[in-house]
Amino acid sequence: MDKLMRYVFMGCAAVTILSISIIAGYVVANGVPFFAHTDLISFLTGKEWIPSGHIYGIYPMLVASILGTLGAVTIGVVIGISTAIVLVEILPPSLSSWLSKAIDLLAGIPSVVYGFFGLMVIVPLINKTWGGPGAGSSLLAVIFILGIMILPTIIRMTEVSLRAVPKEYKEGALALGATRLQYIFKVQLRAAQSGILAGIILGTGRALGETMAVMLVAGNTALVPDSILSPVRTLTANVALEMSYAMGTHQQALFATGLVLFALIMAINLLMQYILKRAGRN
Amino acid sequence: MGNIMSIENLDFYYGDFKALKNINLQAVEKEVLAFIGPSGCGKSTLLRILNRMSDLTAGSRVDGKITFRNEDIFKMDTIDLRRKVGMVFQKPNPFPMSIYDNIAYGPRMQGLKDKNELDKIVEESLKKAAIWEEVKDKLKKSAIGVSGGQQQRLCIARAVAMSPEVLLMDEPTSALDPISTLKIEDLVNELKQQYTIIMVTHNMQQAARISDKTAFFLLGELVEVGETGQIFSTPQQKKTEDYITGRFG
Repeated sequence: MDKLMRYVFMGCAAVTILSISIIAGYVVANGVPFFAHTDLISFLTGKEWIPSGHIYGIYPMLVASILGTLGAVTIGVVIGISTAIVLVEILPPSLSSWLSKAIDLLAGIPSVVYGFFGLMVIVPLINKTWGGPGAGSSLLAVIFILGIMILPTIIRMTEVSLRAVPKEYKEGALALGATRLQYIFKVQLRAAQSGILAGIILGTGRALGETMAVMLVAGNTALVPDSILSPVRTLTANVALEMSYAMGTHQQALFATGLVLFALIMAINLLMQYILKRAGRN
Repeated sequence: MGNIMSIENLDFYYGDFKALKNINLQAVEKEVLAFIGPSGCGKSTLLRILNRMSDLTAGSRVDGKITFRNEDIFKMDTIDLRRKVGMVFQKPNPFPMSIYDNIAYGPRMQGLKDKNELDKIVEESLKKAAIWEEVKDKLKKSAIGVSGGQQQRLCIARAVAMSPEVLLMDEPTSALDPISTLKIEDLVNELKQQYTIIMVTHNMQQAARISDKTAFFLLGELVEVGETGQIFSTPQQKKTEDYITGRFG
């Protein structure tokens, strides 16, 4: 029986590993040949994306993805960690369980609904307040929507790690005459830092990979943004918008875009592992 | 020497349960006062009221009066009170940061930033807790990495760094091996030159070895308090005698 189950579990694990390998292999196999047409450096730094003229430069999309993600993570970290602190340490348990449920709900909303909300509410609001070349469709709208979308991830991870901090630390700090806030900021957050960091990285990955909601509010022009109100196109949106009709080199260029995204996510994961390891050592 | 803390007609409730009944007790300055008694007798509860850690327990209520240097502790600012009445816990609880940062935690909370001053406090506190020699070369290392006995002495150093007047110790050796226990007991003997120590202990020999006065609790009542020698040799109460001779508990 033990032996049988061992094979069952190993089989399941194999399915996961196989899926990852096949996807990675497929993207690489379809993307790499593209670099015979345009080399990696000009692909990454080219400012023009004109598939009809066979000019493929993803610099505008790269910038949009990175800025959008950084902005979203900044919002997500500030609001997310503060919310988690309120949930764990400040609200009475009855209220905090209500808020907790609301956050779960936020996590369950499909991304197209976020995009729709962004398109109908945020974009017009930005247009009315600041205007801009995209009539509201802009990097700012992307940042805003992504910031909200990654909140549940950051809040949940932070909440779990704050709750996991042993109560002995709290007693120890308070017995030394620390105020509640001094305990939270100097001891609790520090003790929970690896979990919080994991939440931030997960959120970063999600923001970078989000497609649907972004496509609806970004404006999708493949130009380098010159202000936060400029319309932008992210790497993900670039693939999703054109994949349905792309052929030949154009299609390969989209796979190569996917490859760049893949590399970015991998880099973030490696960074997380490095940071966690370092945090573990100290 | 005079009384530094004084408990008058103290009742304590967890919800409807009366955990302490009409306690009257004084702690004399620069003496070691030990609380003994079987589990659930209320000795730890009483200790945690003395620096108002009991405030953290939801649904608890206190009646009666406790004074620290003639000041009502229930009217004092808890932060102020806890800086003067430090505490060491049953389970060593150094923070997950370096040894140096652990000891400097309290002074920094009070706003001390001067590096030299902090260095001085850290060194003095570690010396007073008799652990300086063991950790002086690894002050920047994590406090979690040292042994349980060393962690407990770090916690004592951390409390001492606040220059408290009273040190509350809640079974400080119950999680430690015999050698570490002896070191802590020696340390308590040293510390009482400068601090008043109130200690809960499960170990009667420990109370007999290191305390000046001993208070025996049973079912939330203070049965008897007196000079440690007298409590262990000629207890006035039958219940005390039964407990210390091991007839129950």
